[in-house]
Amino acid sequence: METIRMIGEISIGILILIGALLSALSAFGLIRLPDVYLRSHAASKSATLGVLCILFGVFLYFMLDLEHVSVKLLLGIVFVFITSPVAGHLNARAAYRSGVPLWKHSNRDDLKIALKKEQEQEQVESEK
Amino acid sequence: MKFTDVFLQTATKTLVFIIMTFSIYILFAGHHNPGGGFIGGLITASALVLLYIAFDLQSVRDIIPFNFNKLAAAGVIISVLTGTASLLFNVPFLSQTFTYVYLPLLGKTELASAVIFDLGVYMTVLGTTMTIITSISEDEK
Repeated sequence: METIRMIGEISIGILILIGALLSALSAFGLIRLPDVYLRSHAASKSATLGVLCILFGVFLYFMLDLEHVSVKLLLGIVFVFITSPVAGHLNARAAYRSGVPLWKHSNRDDLKIALKKEQEQEQVESEK
Repeated sequence: MKFTDVFLQTATKTLVFIIMTFSIYILFAGHHNPGGGFIGGLITASALVLLYIAFDLQSVRDIIPFNFNKLAAAGVIISVLTGTASLLFNVPFLSQTFTYVYLPLLGKTELASAVIFDLGVYMTVLGTTMTIITSISEDEK
């Protein structure tokens, strides 16, 4: 029983530390990266994983130390896991649609070609 | 430019259920835990606003054919009626009571009359919020 408790305590500590480190890493990414799309990449991925790690650590702490299984925290984990990437996608999409330029060294833009094709198709349809 | 985002709409279809469930939980947890009618109503309103963002105003109005004005009014009436119901038992206005009931599935359950008052608050908050948001978001031509 004592060893299980110790393992639980150590894993809770490690989980919360990893979560905090990942969140700090994503904050550094927000400062260091050059354009909107790269920054949204940093903000949506590592911050999500960081928050998930912290929430799971808190869930384990409540379960092992306070003997209370919190369904709210599990629901929160699922919720953040679904919403955060969608929010990142919407940010990047809104930025692209309002014409924010890519970083000067990025050399591949598939969405531009697809959008041009779509516009040409719309033009053909409107001429008919 | 028309705005149809498959990611947003698909995520919304899942998320609305989670948010609605959580708001009902919050509404009934208000007696012993943080929660209650006010934030329950606000969370339900936020789920509906998410629907309004992902889809357009008209299709959401087709899905939820509710008159939110009347919902707010019904909420106020319910709250007032629970207050006046206590006068029938010769106790002061807005007195509340509770009792323990054995329900078939839930077992021993505490039923409090304050929940009905909270339900009124919930409906009022939901109706008021949705009325404000829908009336400032549409543009009559």
